[in-house]
Amino acid sequence: MDLTFNHRESAFRDELRAWLADNEPPPEPTEGGEDAHYAWRRDWQRRLYDAGWAAPAWPVEYGGRGASLSESAIYFEELGRARVPLPANVLGLLLGGPTLMVWGTDTQKERYLEPILSGEEIWCQGFSEPDAGSDLASLKTKAVEDGEDWVITGQKVWTSGAQYSKWCMLVARSDGGAAKHKGLTYFLMDMDQAAVQVRPLRQITGEAEFNELFIEEARIPRENVVGGVGNGWKVALTTLMNERAGLGFLLQVRLRQLLDDAIAAARKRGLLDGAGGSVISDELADLHIRCEQIRLLAWKGLTDIERYGQPGPEGSLVKWLWSDTNQRLTALAAEIVGPEALTDGTSWSYELLRARGNTIEGGTTEVLKNIVAERVLGLPRLKVA
Amino acid sequence: MDFGLSEDQREIQRTARELLAERARPERVRSAAEGGRLDEGLWSELCALGWPGIAIAEEYGGQGLGMVELAILCEELGRTVAPVAFLPTVLAALVIEQAGSRAQRERWLPGLASGESVGALGVERDGVAELVLGGPAAEVLVLAQEGAPRARVCAREETAGRAGALERIDSIDPTRPTIRVDLPVEAGEALEGDVQAGLDRALVAVSAELVGVCERALDMTVAYVKERKQFGVPVGSFQAVSHRCAQMLLDTERARSTTAYAAWAADADPERLPEAAAMAKASASQAGVEVTASAIQAHGGIGFTWEADVHWLYKRALLDASLLGGVKRHRARLAGML
Repeated sequence: MDLTFNHRESAFRDELRAWLADNEPPPEPTEGGEDAHYAWRRDWQRRLYDAGWAAPAWPVEYGGRGASLSESAIYFEELGRARVPLPANVLGLLLGGPTLMVWGTDTQKERYLEPILSGEEIWCQGFSEPDAGSDLASLKTKAVEDGEDWVITGQKVWTSGAQYSKWCMLVARSDGGAAKHKGLTYFLMDMDQAAVQVRPLRQITGEAEFNELFIEEARIPRENVVGGVGNGWKVALTTLMNERAGLGFLLQVRLRQLLDDAIAAARKRGLLDGAGGSVISDELADLHIRCEQIRLLAWKGLTDIERYGQPGPEGSLVKWLWSDTNQRLTALAAEIVGPEALTDGTSWSYELLRARGNTIEGGTTEVLKNIVAERVLGLPRLKVA
Repeated sequence: MDFGLSEDQREIQRTARELLAERARPERVRSAAEGGRLDEGLWSELCALGWPGIAIAEEYGGQGLGMVELAILCEELGRTVAPVAFLPTVLAALVIEQAGSRAQRERWLPGLASGESVGALGVERDGVAELVLGGPAAEVLVLAQEGAPRARVCAREETAGRAGALERIDSIDPTRPTIRVDLPVEAGEALEGDVQAGLDRALVAVSAELVGVCERALDMTVAYVKERKQFGVPVGSFQAVSHRCAQMLLDTERARSTTAYAAWAADADPERLPEAAAMAKASASQAGVEVTASAIQAHGGIGFTWEADVHWLYKRALLDASLLGGVKRHRARLAGML
């Protein structure tokens, strides 16, 4: 057991820290709405790209640094710590690129990877549908072959960044007669066509991080199939496996910062003193323990894969624990800061509302519990239709 | 970073698990507990293997290994609820080794390391310590003062002639006899060194035992709900039950993570130990009680019976959870460090 970074990892962290200290992004734009915000993140990605920091986990041949899993985790921890924005093309960097590296043809890699890295072409993810959430493989969007093209019709939902995207990682049903998981194909769909309509999906925070896609006979050339016709489920799993690997470390650091903010707010208001102080302190201490456990379990999961090639049960546990802890934390913070958390437009009110999504996005807590029960504990699965 | 055990540590774990699977079978634990006695045969075997001295320095007759190795043994003993005085003996030794003078260490540690003397660690208020583990057999009594990093050590023979100094009390956990110690404050000798460093290591040992108790409770529960059928299917296929089991795993893994961190900190980075030990004990105490209570619930009616053996885990967890301070105490301590 050794819970310290090795020399290589420490050097990586120090180099990145120094770079971040010298390259502070401009302040978050307060005007211009989401477009201005997006432009800000795009500029930031360009700076990361120019310095070779856009995707350190990518192999050197594709413009990355060939960073290890641990270094990649350090990368996200440091981005979180420096409170810098996420690069605009986060889905291309984390999901699209790595999926192409596994399943793409040489031509596809040659064509798509560089613009992902530079942020020149933004990517979005067309997986979920109104009737296919947790049960993703039941998706209905249809793909029909027509000469050299595939013709796509259907509806996708929870597509973040769609309005800025050039390419969509789309999973559609190319064989309606095949078994559920077998009739799917993974496509790269050009978003720049009239047959694809993007409608913002307003969420409970009032903002629209996500969109709905309405696809009416959109055309995708054959060469944009990834991983072969009928192989879409496997390719999609590659994408999904990459989904939380790195981001979790950034979220874990953000949670820690939010807790520190809550502690400071409580202290400023004198809520940690006197008889009532112990009640708030007790909860803050509990949250502190949870934050540390998220960090420890996330690192344990990662380093077990690195050292032993096998993930433990940590993946699902960490996401479950993180989402639950963020909800507890924002609820406690609302008590600490009082009216501020219930006033529209404050950051605490945003955190309070946004946290409700945490136990749903990227695998609901209910599904995560099923995964833990069935795959980790080996409990029998309840028969469902 | 590496959370795994070394080859040597895995060997210790393997050996301990195999030995205890054989020597601390449920029926043997039950028979010792029902007879209100410790398993002396098992204790002799563990002593012959040098277990009590695993973390005591070689110059005092121990094996000179660290908290990580000690935690492995505590976890395995907790897993089987073994009826031996291992935990109180190592707790007493940890405090003496950290806080005792050279002379005190030379006097007390060799006996504790070999297991020739059974130790006890109690928390006293005005000279009285309740529910002290180690029981009537304890030779070396370490009494830590409640709410202050002060402690004294007292030999059993010093209590001779003091009526009522040591009184056997039956706790709810008969797998480990307990005593009430009532000694005038001038009895024994003060441990003048870093008592807190000893107590923090003691917290790690207790937390490790609780992690073992949780693991076993989860194993038994998973096996039971796979087997037990109602409405024609195993009850473990109902999400109300399977999600409870998932929660038990999460609580266990949380407790394991902070306990491992604290054990590592004790050996490799003692500056982090006070915070790590408080986190470990708060979390393991909570997990211990909740996971074992959940085990009883998931076993249904049978879980409430004496024969089902789940209750030994619950009772052990309740005692360990309160030992050296429970959830709230350690969170309060932690809050002071935030």
